[in-house]
Order: sequence, then C-alpha cells, then structure tokens
Amino acid sequence: MSRIHVTTTVNGDTVEFLADPRETLLDCLRDHVGLTGSKEGCGTGDCGACSVRLDGTLVCSCLVLGVEAQGRTVETIEGMATGGELHPLQRKFIEHAALQCGFCTPGILVAAKALLEKNANPTDTEIRYWLAGNLCRCTGYDKIIRAVQDAAAEMRGAA
Amino acid sequence: MRYHAPQTFEEAAQLAAQAPGVTRFLAGGTDVLVQLRAAMVRPDDLIDIKKIPGTAEISRTADEGWRIGVAVAGAQLGAHAGLKADWPGVVEGMELVGSTQVQGRATLTGNLCNGSPAADSVPGLVAAGAVAEITGPTGKRTVAVEDIPTGPGRTSLTKGEVISALLLPPRGAHGGDAYLRFIPRTEMDIAVVGCAVSLTVEGATITAARVVLGAVAPTVRLVPDAAKAIIGTALDDAALAALTKAAEAACSPIDDKRGTIAFRTEVAGVLARRAARIAYDRARGGKQ
Ligand code: FES
Ligand code: FES
Repeated sequence: MSRIHVTTTVNGDTVEFLADPRETLLDCLRDHVGLTGSKEGCGTGDCGACSVRLDGTLVCSCLVLGVEAQGRTVETIEGMATGGELHPLQRKFIEHAALQCGFCTPGILVAAKALLEKNANPTDTEIRYWLAGNLCRCTGYDKIIRAVQDAAAEMRGAA
Repeated sequence: MRYHAPQTFEEAAQLAAQAPGVTRFLAGGTDVLVQLRAAMVRPDDLIDIKKIPGTAEISRTADEGWRIGVAVAGAQLGAHAGLKADWPGVVEGMELVGSTQVQGRATLTGNLCNGSPAADSVPGLVAAGAVAEITGPTGKRTVAVEDIPTGPGRTSLTKGEVISALLLPPRGAHGGDAYLRFIPRTEMDIAVVGCAVSLTVEGATITAARVVLGAVAPTVRLVPDAAKAIIGTALDDAALAALTKAAEAACSPIDDKRGTIAFRTEVAGVLARRAARIAYDRARGGKQ
C-alpha cells in the first residue's frame, strides 16, 4: 500500500505525515500527529466525539480521509486553550461539572465553540439542535447546556 | 486502495472507466467513509472530485436557474440567501440530513447517488424539476433527477459516469416549494415518510404542481396524479381530499421497525396536504 505525503496546518502549526489513503483524518491526528484529544466513539459520524474544524467548518474527523487534509487548515481541541489559559467554554464545563467520563467533551467543546462564533447568544433549543450530533452517555446533557450558556454569557461580557 | 484527485470531470470519468476493480467517487464522504469502515465496499480506486474547480460553488445559470456544484455541503446551501429564496423546499430537505457536523460535508449529489428511498434532499429536487449533468467517458448528458435512483442503493449511472453538477430550473414568479418528513423524534433520524411539493399559482389558482413522496417505495416517487388533484384548484377541501387519496394510492412501502405499511400510507397523505399548504402559501408570497 503506497502512502501519501500530506502537508497540512493543525492548530496553526505546519504538520506533515504519511497517510495510508484509507486512514481517516481522526486516525492521522491521533496516530501520526500525536494529537489524541479528538476521540473515536463510533467511527461512523454518529457521536461527534471526533469533531474538528476543517477550514473553519465543523466536521466529524472520522468522516474525512487524512489525505483530504492536504493544504487545508485543521483545528482540534488541543488548540482551544491559549498558552496555559483555558477557553471560557473549558472553564465553564469544569465549573458546571458538565462531564463525567469526559469522552464526549473534546468534541462538544469544539462544536460549541463553532456555535458561539456564529451565534453569540443562542437559546437552549438552538444549542440542543446544534449539538444533536454530539452524544453523551453520562451527563444527561442539562449541565452541558448550562455550561455553554454560562460561557456564552461571559464571552458576551454579560456575566 | 488508490486515491485519485483529478482536476477535471473528464479526467475523473476516464479514471473510473478504465479502473479494473471497484470504484467509488468521493465528495462529502458521509456515506462512502461509513461504507469503507463497515467493509460494505472495498474500493480499489477512490476518486475524490472535490479538487475539480467549481465543485464547491453555487451559481446562477443564464436562464435564472441555479447550478449547484457536487461538493457543495448542506451548510452552504442553508447559508445561501438567493437559493433559499427561490427553492426553500430544496434547501430545507437537505438541511434535515444529519447533524451539524454532517451538514459541513454532506452533499445533494451524494444524497442522490447513495440511492436511499428515504433520502431527505431528493424529493425536493424532484419536485423542483432538477436535472443532473452527467459526465461520462464519451461526453456529457443531462438526466432528470427522478431518473437517477433505480432502487435502494442503485442508480442509472453506468461505468465511468459521474454527476458533474445539479441544475435547478428558474423559479419564476408566483412559485413555492416545501419538504416535510415524519420521524418519531425531532432530529437525527431517517424519514419514515417524506413529501415535497412544488407549485405555481396565478392569483389563487394553482397552475402547475409536482408532488413527490419519499420512503414509501423502492425509490423516491413522483406522483403525477397527486399533482393533477390540485392543479386548477385554490387548494380547497375537495382538492386536499383528492390529493390525499392520490398520495396514498402511490404508496407501496415496506413494513419495518420505523413504520407499518398502513401507517406510512396514511402519513403520506397527511404530509402531502401539509406540504402543499406550505408551498401554496409561499407561492402566494407571504406567510408560510
Ligand atoms: S467517532 Fe466520529 S462521529 Fe463518532
Ligand atoms: S461525559 Fe461521558 S460521554 Fe459525555
């Protein structure tokens, strides 16, 4: 199987790896780039644990081939905090205990950040629909919605 | 598996025509990657068509219709004010497909070529009278969207042929369309029944209509009798009753865990009435 050389930008850094064309972007991030924050819950686009941004668009990295990332921009959970400073969403998830096992959390944080960039003041319903592709087996979702609302309020300067 | 990223559709068609084994085209990947993962298909050649110029674009055609590139994702359709104003039913059908993440990748053309009778975006395309431009090893041809699916998971495309764009006709004045589906929850599910209606009016009278049902037959089904039931009417109670009957008569669904034959048939009539009402109100320019 011939491997393909891929050059891409991940969280602002230029990254190169050799990908088997069958490998997903999720596999490549985890196994070749060493970024294991994005998780595989299903591998079939159902759970959202692998959520990343590809050229700014929220996607499931398990439904993108690694070779498709050539020349593009990828953002993962590892790029969310700035230096040692957690993103408001990350802080609010901890404050509200919006996670238990944490397996869904990276994907939900990446997805929620994309929402708040588009809509700084979403309703609970808008958050629930936006995150409908992010499954969580632990929290029952309520704390997640509250954490996103609280982070949104802080980011609007209202909290 | 060999990965190809051709620069033109002619090149893509040649690659597919000459490929000795199993070939798949890759656009959004939301079906193909799942099939790869489940080992439902093991392509020898995977042809990524997203590097072809224009595939990510939505543009006006010379006749005031629309040309939609094969890599245009659902989220892009939803964000396109002009297309949404002309064909809200086409856009709302596509927007029902999958999660936010899936909307970032999934395409109309992919939904069509996957060949599911329950594909949410296909009834709206058929109701609109959309046409697929196909590039093959010997040239281009155009085919009505309703003639692409031939059964669950099957299409009329032959070896080497690839859809190179979807074309929507000009909407013109006093037209409206709508798509509705029934699912037992509010999001992230497959249609038990879907229905799209597109029509035009003159004053209060419907002058042309197309009614299309999804998930009640082996393919998405255009129902001319249902259109006849409302053409020439002001969508009064008698017309709605005739529409319901015609929609029900067009159903030959399966019985499965999602719905029984009787349930699907009844829901087809209900959705036809409701979608016709929304399309009618849109065509009359106002309230939805
Ligand atoms: S691992 Fe990608 S959606 Fe579940
Ligand atoms: S915290 Fe365990 S799956 Fe969400």
